[in-house]
Amino acid sequence: MASGVLKRLIPALALSAAALTVQAGESITLASTTSTENSGLFGYILPIFEKASGIQVNVVALGTGQALDVGKRGDADALLVHDRAKEESFVAEGYGAYRKDVMYNDFVIVGPAADPAGVAGAKTADEAFAKIADSGSTFASRADRSGTHAAELRFWKAVGKDPEGKPWYKASGSGMGATLNMAAGVGAYTLSDRGSWANFKNRQDLKILFQGDPQLYNPYGVILINPAKHPHVKKAAAERFIDWITSDAGHQAIADFKLNGEQLFFPLKAK
Amino acid sequence: MSLFPLQLRDVTFRPNGRAVLDGVDLTLSGEGITVVLGPNGAGKSVLLRTLCGLIPPTGGTLDWGGGAFDPLAVGMVFQHPVMLRSSVIDNIALGLVPRGVGARERRLAGMAMLQQIGLADRANDNARQLSGGEQQRLALGRVWLTRPRLLLLDEPTSSLDPSAVEAVERIVRQIRTEGTKILMTTHNLGQATRLADDIVFLADGRVREHVPVRRFFSQPASAEARQFIQGELPWHLAF
Amino acid sequence: MGGFSQAFAEAFVLLWRFDAQVLEIVLRSLQVSSLAVLIGTAVGLPLGACLAVGQFPGKQTAAVIINGFMGLPSVVVGVVVYLALSRSGPMGEFGLLYTPSAMVIAQVVLVVPLMAAIARQVVEDAWRNYQEELAALRFGWWDTVRVLLHDCRFSLSVAVLAGLGRAMSEVGAVMIVGGNIDRATRVMTTAIALETSKGDLPLAIALGIVLLVLILLLNAGAFALRTTVMRRFE
Repeated sequence: MASGVLKRLIPALALSAAALTVQAGESITLASTTSTENSGLFGYILPIFEKASGIQVNVVALGTGQALDVGKRGDADALLVHDRAKEESFVAEGYGAYRKDVMYNDFVIVGPAADPAGVAGAKTADEAFAKIADSGSTFASRADRSGTHAAELRFWKAVGKDPEGKPWYKASGSGMGATLNMAAGVGAYTLSDRGSWANFKNRQDLKILFQGDPQLYNPYGVILINPAKHPHVKKAAAERFIDWITSDAGHQAIADFKLNGEQLFFPLKAK
Repeated sequence: MSLFPLQLRDVTFRPNGRAVLDGVDLTLSGEGITVVLGPNGAGKSVLLRTLCGLIPPTGGTLDWGGGAFDPLAVGMVFQHPVMLRSSVIDNIALGLVPRGVGARERRLAGMAMLQQIGLADRANDNARQLSGGEQQRLALGRVWLTRPRLLLLDEPTSSLDPSAVEAVERIVRQIRTEGTKILMTTHNLGQATRLADDIVFLADGRVREHVPVRRFFSQPASAEARQFIQGELPWHLAF
Repeated sequence: MGGFSQAFAEAFVLLWRFDAQVLEIVLRSLQVSSLAVLIGTAVGLPLGACLAVGQFPGKQTAAVIINGFMGLPSVVVGVVVYLALSRSGPMGEFGLLYTPSAMVIAQVVLVVPLMAAIARQVVEDAWRNYQEELAALRFGWWDTVRVLLHDCRFSLSVAVLAGLGRAMSEVGAVMIVGGNIDRATRVMTTAIALETSKGDLPLAIALGIVLLVLILLLNAGAFALRTTVMRRFE
């Protein structure tokens, strides 16, 4: 009868639960951004670190804003994100113990090959954004409080445009990949980090139309979640990771990571 | 504690104003087989359900030999008994489940009962694949196994062929000889004459007659009873 | 469009070279979802049966609530479980967030109402047939629940399959509470979401085909089992 089934179920449940929780060795949780995860950077550098340290790094890929929230709640041990202003206030408010520069990559403006706004002819990134707004060409925005979204908003502000609510401005509210899928689908411009773009396969008619302006540089920092605020933070293991990724060995690994022969991330010497 | 004499006084059941039982007065002794006869809609099934405790009467009193109603001492077999999607042995022992009997003991007691009702060789078959007569025997055995003092049978042989009817009647007589009081309804007057010690004739929710079986068929007192006997029987029964 | 058929063609090529990483993801999906459905079975089916059989005030309301929870978006479940398991949440001390256990918990929350609602419907239908007979045999409500659950076991397998289908195919909740961590909490649906976000549509479709085939196989297996056993006891 029913109780017989239960008697057989319970040991099965216990076994299965035990199997799930088995995880060899030490591990830390790193909240990071979709741009780094999607580029394949972690898949390349983390095995090198794990081999050297025996520490497994579990990466949760989110937007920078979400990653900072996760850090605030104490659900990660360290963050690797790209929005310097927010990172610094995160540390100033006591959520992070400290922040260190790690690397930078750069943003590119991609759009339909026909380039109706004439972005390819712009001299600066500001000018490119102004051209998109002035021509009213469709633009797909992350609109998800990510580092890329924050950078995009800085450009609109710099050229005195407010795209919010304009018919040509599509706020996707999703990750870089989903936004690129949207741009490819409707033939829109968008701002992407180079890594996500390089690893993006569903390009259809999209191509890079503007790149190389120093304004488009995108620095990443690593933050240790403040153990004083969240005592369960695996401080020792997280610091080993932070020390490694800001060391020469870590920098070498970052520089060695290439996608289709192209280097995507450039190490930054610690302050 | 004895349930008998079981006395019903002015028992009524009016679910929506219409009286199904309209002041039933009846006294039942603790022995023998009492057959309830009456036209369709007379309230026979409702009377049995009331005695089983399935329907609370809207008026009147039931006196169980001066004591309280003991649900475990009253069993009922329905016109269309339900078979669980399981084996014959599981079904026969079903009544022992709420009585806290362990699985092993249920099996043993069930096998003994199957022996008694002639279904031992079907113990592991699917109960739903038994014939109608076999299912009815199984239903009888299922309740018998709970050793009730009062057994209520609602049309136990309607729509069975004559040989199946005979098998069911044999079991009913066996139960009677073990000292269980049986109160049953039937449309089969032949069956009533074969089984009954006394007859309760019910019409329009009231007891019209409660007499020994011979008297009922030889000298029915009420016009309704006479009509009923003649209407139900194409031939004249003489005692 | 060439893109459409091309994506499917590439998907089948990828399936042909089924690699170890995909296998690991598939196995993890199965493990997490089957554990969630096991717990859901142990909780949801008796719960549904109790709702069908029990006589208590607010019974209708409870049924409506359970039915409503069936349609709960998995993202909402994900957010709620996330908040509960977060270090700053009420169950934070267990450190379950971003582990397979968190995914199991979220999926249990998703499948219990679904399984309970189906069980309630199935058991209630059976109970209507058996009510008088079981009452006359003096069955209490708990014995009634047990007997009915056993009696409805074939129909209830539908509830188990529905639970498994929902658990294996949902993405919103496990993405949030599991974090889609490579080699730790990446399951088929989150992998599909990730590959889609990378624009690798053929790989996403390939994984989708694996998921579909898996669910079909589970259903076919359950169907075969059901018909063989049912032939004996229907």
